[in-house]
Amino acid sequence: MGATIVEKIFSRKCGRAIRAGEVVMTPLDGAMIHDITGPLAIQKFYEMGGSKVFDPERVIMLFDHQIPADSIAAAENHVYMRRFAAEQQIHNYDINEGVCHQVVVEKGRAAPGQIVVGADSHTCMYGAVGAFATGIGSTDMGFALKYGALYFKVPETILAEVSGKFPRRVGAKDLILSLAADIGADGATYQAIQFAGKTISKLDMAGRMTCCNMAIEMGAKAGIVAPDTITWEYLKGRHPMKPFPLDSDKDADFIDRRTYDVSALEPQVAVPHNVDTGVPVSTVSGIPVDQVFIGSCTNGRFEDLVEAAGVLGKKKFSPKVRVIIIPASRDEYLKALRAGLIERFVQAGALVEAPCCGPCMGGAFGLLAPGEVSLSTSNRNFKGRQGSTEGKVYLCSPATAAASAITGAITDPREV
Amino acid sequence: MRAWKFGDDIDTDAIIPGRFLTIYEPKELAKHAFEGTRDEYAKKVKPGDIIIGGKNFGCGSSREHAPLALLGGGVTVVVAQSFARIFFRNAINVGVLPVVCRDADNIADGAKITLDSKKGFIRADGRQYTIEPVPEFMQGIIDAGGLVEYAKKLPEVPLCTKSQQ
Repeated sequence: MGATIVEKIFSRKCGRAIRAGEVVMTPLDGAMIHDITGPLAIQKFYEMGGSKVFDPERVIMLFDHQIPADSIAAAENHVYMRRFAAEQQIHNYDINEGVCHQVVVEKGRAAPGQIVVGADSHTCMYGAVGAFATGIGSTDMGFALKYGALYFKVPETILAEVSGKFPRRVGAKDLILSLAADIGADGATYQAIQFAGKTISKLDMAGRMTCCNMAIEMGAKAGIVAPDTITWEYLKGRHPMKPFPLDSDKDADFIDRRTYDVSALEPQVAVPHNVDTGVPVSTVSGIPVDQVFIGSCTNGRFEDLVEAAGVLGKKKFSPKVRVIIIPASRDEYLKALRAGLIERFVQAGALVEAPCCGPCMGGAFGLLAPGEVSLSTSNRNFKGRQGSTEGKVYLCSPATAAASAITGAITDPREV
Repeated sequence: MRAWKFGDDIDTDAIIPGRFLTIYEPKELAKHAFEGTRDEYAKKVKPGDIIIGGKNFGCGSSREHAPLALLGGGVTVVVAQSFARIFFRNAINVGVLPVVCRDADNIADGAKITLDSKKGFIRADGRQYTIEPVPEFMQGIIDAGGLVEYAKKLPEVPLCTKSQQ
């Protein structure tokens, strides 16, 4: 019996054969903290008797949820973390670089075969570069900062094999929303999801990040795409690692194999208040929206903004809609600036904010009033996620978001 | 002790909304627990009360503020049909016991409830419900009183060694 990519990553790390189900204290290649979960992690690190972090170069710190500080309490948290960074000689990206997950990947702080943890549930996004990455709480992070290791129950793996060519204006977000609807909000709990098949092997890094990012929305511990030429090309100039083969064996013991064909996939919309509620856009089209958010670690990359701009063309956004566009990082922002996208969005009536989590955080800005409807390219539509618990959040792709921002109601991007 | 019953897929945004995440003190967080979802909870919860969830309790964000918000109100036990992975681990780490009970949906809101974790059952309104044992490797953390205390007593980190399953 062969091994899954996840079993191989743990086996390589520990130098012995490790199978799913084993509980093992595993050394870490990286640990990420941000402004919401970081202060508590630091506090726990000290409570455990920590004085020096395991390796300052493997600790990743930045602020993205409440930036620039939106309250005195947030400002105090930032000060507390800056002090820790200085004391521990950790490089702090501070408020300048963008959303944590995007920054980790684009700065080469995660690479194939590595094991990385982050005090944020969407840490599973680094699986897009072939790392095993998972979200943890602050106390686990305190432990990780002190020891550079953490207990893992090595997960079983679901193989999601995707085939077919995406129809026009249908893409990775539509795929992952349809997968979430199929697998369910807890269908992959304690498991990893490997995305594979011809469609994934042709998918760009941005799309792979969107898919891996949302693995947690099915309860998964990790999402992963085996590194290939697209991955290694992306890593050039970001990480010095030399290409090596890393993939599940053909006869690996997958807990489940599921196949998907995207060639007839419609744009998907997840309706309130769960992520596994994806339906074809045609079933919800015409629902008026008050706010459209294009951004987040799920869909705030240059490719997403290009998609949105493609739908927008020379049109204007509806004056009835608040359109908030936030690039996921400084690099993505600069790419969009140079390509003229930002100017186009602003001309069309959007509010373009500096890279951060924005309305997805549900506490900083861009909040909903009771009764309001948001259409968002982010990852969660829980009750109250973007403000009032009496508001509603629908999730969709950047193309569907842009089309709906033009008309003022949920709209099929192929009809604009 | 009373049971506070909630449904399936109770996410951590429901347990403690994002706008309160600059708070870390459990008692302060407890004032906002389930705010907007079930406002009477924070006012009426008493030490020893038990939360009852359906499937996938604690899904979503990794915020440890969620189990802390429960702990701050004196809740040290959450019973659910199943738990989301990060919440389950966070709860144990901070000293809230997540108890899996497949029949939790039969327990009524407001039921008088007691837990006998050693004997492996819950008693609610006179009926007995079987609970599942906690994974063995996590029992050590529970016995220590959470991960901080566990870590303090850890002589060395047993890197990569075979552990109990």
